[in-house]
Amino acid sequence: MKNQKQQRISQTTNHFDLLSEEIVFTILDLLGENPIDKKSFSLACKSFYVIESKHRKNLRPLRQEPLSGILTRYPNITHLDLGLCPRVTDSSLTTISNLCESTLRSIDLSRSVAFTGSGLLRLAVNCRNLVEIDVSNATNLKDAGAAALAEAKNLEKLWMGRCKLVTDMGVGCIAVGCKNLKLISLKWCLGVGDFGVGLIAVKCKEIRSLDLSYLPITDKCLPSILKLQHLEDLVLEGCFGIDDDSFAALKHGCKSLKALDMSSCQNISYLGLSSLTSGTGGLQQLTLAYGSPVTLALADGLKKLSMLQSIKLDGCVVTCAGLKAIGNLCVSLTELSLSKCLGVTDEGLSSVVTKHRELRRLDITCCREITDVSIAHITNSCTNLTSLRMESCTLVPREAFVLIGQRCPILEELDLTDNEIDDEGLKSISRCPNLSVLKLGICLNITDEGLTHVGMGCPKLAELDLYRSVEITDSGVSAIACGCPNLEMVNIAYCKDITDSSLMSLSKCSRLNTFESRGCPLITSLGLAAIAVRCRQLAKLDIKKCHNVNDVGMLPLAHFSQNLRQINLSYSSVTDVGLLSLASISCLQSLTILHVKGLTPSGLAAALLACGGLTKVKLQASFKYLLPQPLLKYLEARGCVLHWRDKVFQAELDPKCWKLQLEDMVP
Amino acid sequence: MDIKEGLCADIWQNQQKWQDTPMLEYDAPFQEFSRQPPQTQTLLPCNPSNQTNKVQDWDPSAMLNNLSFLEQKIHQLQDLVHLIVGRRGQVLGRSNELVAQQQQLITADLTSIIVQLISTAGSLLPSVKQTLSAAPPSFGQFGVQFPPVGVQQHNTSNQINCRTEQNHPVEEHESKDEEDADEGENLPPGSYEILQLEKEEILAPHTHFCTICGKGFKRDANLRMHMRGHGDEYKSPAALAKPHKESGPEPMLIKRYSCPYGGCKRNKEHKKFQPLKTILCVKNHYKRTHCDKSYICSRCNTKKFSVIADLKTHEKHCGKDKWLCSCGTTFSRKDKLFGHISLFQGHTPAIPLDEHKGLTGASDRREGNEATSTVGSINFNFGPNASMGTGMPTDMDAKGSTDDPTGFFSPMNFDTCTFEGGFNEFPRPPFDDTESTFSFLIPGSCNYSPKTGGDMGLNALK
Repeated sequence: MKNQKQQRISQTTNHFDLLSEEIVFTILDLLGENPIDKKSFSLACKSFYVIESKHRKNLRPLRQEPLSGILTRYPNITHLDLGLCPRVTDSSLTTISNLCESTLRSIDLSRSVAFTGSGLLRLAVNCRNLVEIDVSNATNLKDAGAAALAEAKNLEKLWMGRCKLVTDMGVGCIAVGCKNLKLISLKWCLGVGDFGVGLIAVKCKEIRSLDLSYLPITDKCLPSILKLQHLEDLVLEGCFGIDDDSFAALKHGCKSLKALDMSSCQNISYLGLSSLTSGTGGLQQLTLAYGSPVTLALADGLKKLSMLQSIKLDGCVVTCAGLKAIGNLCVSLTELSLSKCLGVTDEGLSSVVTKHRELRRLDITCCREITDVSIAHITNSCTNLTSLRMESCTLVPREAFVLIGQRCPILEELDLTDNEIDDEGLKSISRCPNLSVLKLGICLNITDEGLTHVGMGCPKLAELDLYRSVEITDSGVSAIACGCPNLEMVNIAYCKDITDSSLMSLSKCSRLNTFESRGCPLITSLGLAAIAVRCRQLAKLDIKKCHNVNDVGMLPLAHFSQNLRQINLSYSSVTDVGLLSLASISCLQSLTILHVKGLTPSGLAAALLACGGLTKVKLQASFKYLLPQPLLKYLEARGCVLHWRDKVFQAELDPKCWKLQLEDMVP
Repeated sequence: MDIKEGLCADIWQNQQKWQDTPMLEYDAPFQEFSRQPPQTQTLLPCNPSNQTNKVQDWDPSAMLNNLSFLEQKIHQLQDLVHLIVGRRGQVLGRSNELVAQQQQLITADLTSIIVQLISTAGSLLPSVKQTLSAAPPSFGQFGVQFPPVGVQQHNTSNQINCRTEQNHPVEEHESKDEEDADEGENLPPGSYEILQLEKEEILAPHTHFCTICGKGFKRDANLRMHMRGHGDEYKSPAALAKPHKESGPEPMLIKRYSCPYGGCKRNKEHKKFQPLKTILCVKNHYKRTHCDKSYICSRCNTKKFSVIADLKTHEKHCGKDKWLCSCGTTFSRKDKLFGHISLFQGHTPAIPLDEHKGLTGASDRREGNEATSTVGSINFNFGPNASMGTGMPTDMDAKGSTDDPTGFFSPMNFDTCTFEGGFNEFPRPPFDDTESTFSFLIPGSCNYSPKTGGDMGLNALK
């Protein structure tokens, strides 16, 4: 961008005039996903502004009020994401339907409860080319709204999660009206049962993806679902009405099915699974989380699945024989998740990983019985691992972590939260150059030395979690900040020795968008100012219990961090002045201000009134009766949800003592 | 019932008896057979001592009896064939089905004769005899039983049937019969007697019917007088006395009824004829299928019925039918509605208007509610257009509506014009009628109006 500008300034005639619009469009196509890049492009000159307006296809506004202006500026919007707008009203939908007309292909209205069927109807009828609508969380939407959606005849994808008032009648309308549906999610639509789902299966023959989680459906609608010719992805999570007998009666399975999720289906045992799998040979992903015990019989039922690639058994009771049988499957798995499984032992896990040598992703979170034996087997066999999650594998000794770095060189994601890893382990892990996500929360044995190795060896690191890794100090963080310029997310909460110097070095990471430094008492407004000035993409900031942060830190934040959407100021020394200055951040949506002593009711009221985009405010219950009631009503009408909390003031515990408490809780 | 019909019935009756016996002998357990005709036996002049006799070794007299019975049977069959040959001339106009039926009848009779011959012969074999001795009645007894049935059929059998029929079915008639109740039963053609009542008989307000000819009477006494015409046996004081319930045996004859309406599946001439089970079935069927529906529900003024009982049943549920289809059909049960919708193309569940009203009520627009009550909540922003829209055919050009002066009327004007209705030059779709009980939101019926409304809005913006 800068080069372009310089070029333009140096020459009297504008060479960009020679470029046709199409060519500039192509250039714009190649511009990255980052919205800020496009913004700066459009601000270069008037012609760029016009071209960018014509080029833009996607829009994700934070508020609905300026919609008509925005949509007039961008005439070619095909995807409109209103997921950040808390109250999309019918009149907004009318504006959209009038301005976008048939160009609009996709609209996201999730998280809004204000619109009704009439707005949707206008949208569905005016925007003839709509193929995707997301009305998730529209908890006020009734059957009439669903009937309005049914008018979008070309609809292919529809998300209706948590539309709790919609019944079979509404879904029936959709089934009849939207013949081309390829995806529909009815998760948590508790009013929808066998009839609605059955009708979807009968009328919408093109369905590829069907999410029926937590619906009160029974075996009545199952046969017609499994007759769908193209069904690839079926989610039956928490469908308690379906049991073994439902599947036993099925004569034919769904051959096209590729992914099946039957999590939390407590009434389905290995019998049901076996009868289901006999007809669905093409299954690639199977999720049976929080279901019946993984026994030999259950694992045997998987033998018929010759295409299987991924098994997720999170939260199941697992037997050694069951794991061994999974190991003996003739397929080669690429993904296995045993997160929070009970009964995972060294013997069982080893037998699985030694057979499935092609594993790319392994999740053994909270498998508390495994030791270095398992880790040795994992690292020996599965050298292609890209993701290893092993939070709270408490019996794994610190020496074992060295193996991970030695033998799994292409790791990209590593979760070692609450483990015994030490600096030697970190040194070894620093040999993974592709590492982008590293979680070292509650690793009390690591120090700056290990972190320095990581900073030198892992330049692609984007996410680093050091929550309560109390030995870490400024030098470690500074090494990371120097070696990992792509950092986007950093958590140094409760690393009590961190000072402003860490923040200043982190401010070099210009992509930083999420920063949490809870309970770092040495951090002051100075450090925060450094972050605010240089990390312009900061969107989430948590400075809870940073007692030394005051209004001085808020002013640069308000001035520079125009992308800030979420902030937690609890226990800080911010006063009315600081809070009021934050109101200039138009993006700000979520605000948590518990135990902020410097706040007065009038200052708080002014700040709340001034922050027009707020959607969620967490504040002390004592303010409830000190704030003017009309203000509260006004805020709620604007779409802002107020959470009143009555927590007692918590003094910070000694970190070691806190760790001991945690261990007591673990059985 | 004319003579022909009577004759026809008679033939069927003959056939019925012939076929009955072998059927029972082979299909039903022997015990059943022995239990079945106690009344027949008392009425019949057969040898009563045989009845109680245990199985004898070869009994020549019984055999003789059997043989003479078979001889008689063959003679009768011969007569029957003669009769058919004789009737050929008269019944030239008859359809092929009848000829086929006659053929079937003869074949059935022949089969029964052969079967009886074999069974008679079989009684001589020691092995068969031994197995049979376990069961109370023997073949010998069967053989003895048969002749009277065959010989006396023209006199006695009628009597038996009439009596038993008269005694038992009273209650059955009172209970509400569904005409489709016999859908499941698969009586082979020819295994039952077919009666066909005339249209006038069916529609007459009778409750007592002659089981022989089907004629209906208002009073049972008149029926009993009528029965005298069917034979001397009905003239006995016992027959004329008030019938009292006795635990009568099962009737020998199964009677089924034919609908007089030509071409009807329930008409005996139909290729896939399905007989009706009772006279009440005939009445209900005829009224439901071939008569005007003159009873109108006073609640909804829409549903019509030809059987008053149906109306009463409907009135119990009328208004409670909350499951509505876009075609206007209402259902009392959700599964019926969804079955209906999955069966037909283009039909869709209809959301009741009141829900829709409530929904728009949640929005902060006052006009919204007004519009809801008039045109099903579509287009409340563009009230004037909405009235145009709903009145317009789907392919109406949007520009036409914006040019129309009605497009600039205030909402007040719009309301009056909608209610007067005369203002609108376009035909109204049936569901636009605000007075109608069916003014719920039909998604299919309103897909055009918002479009014009939207365009209108755009124009206004520009």
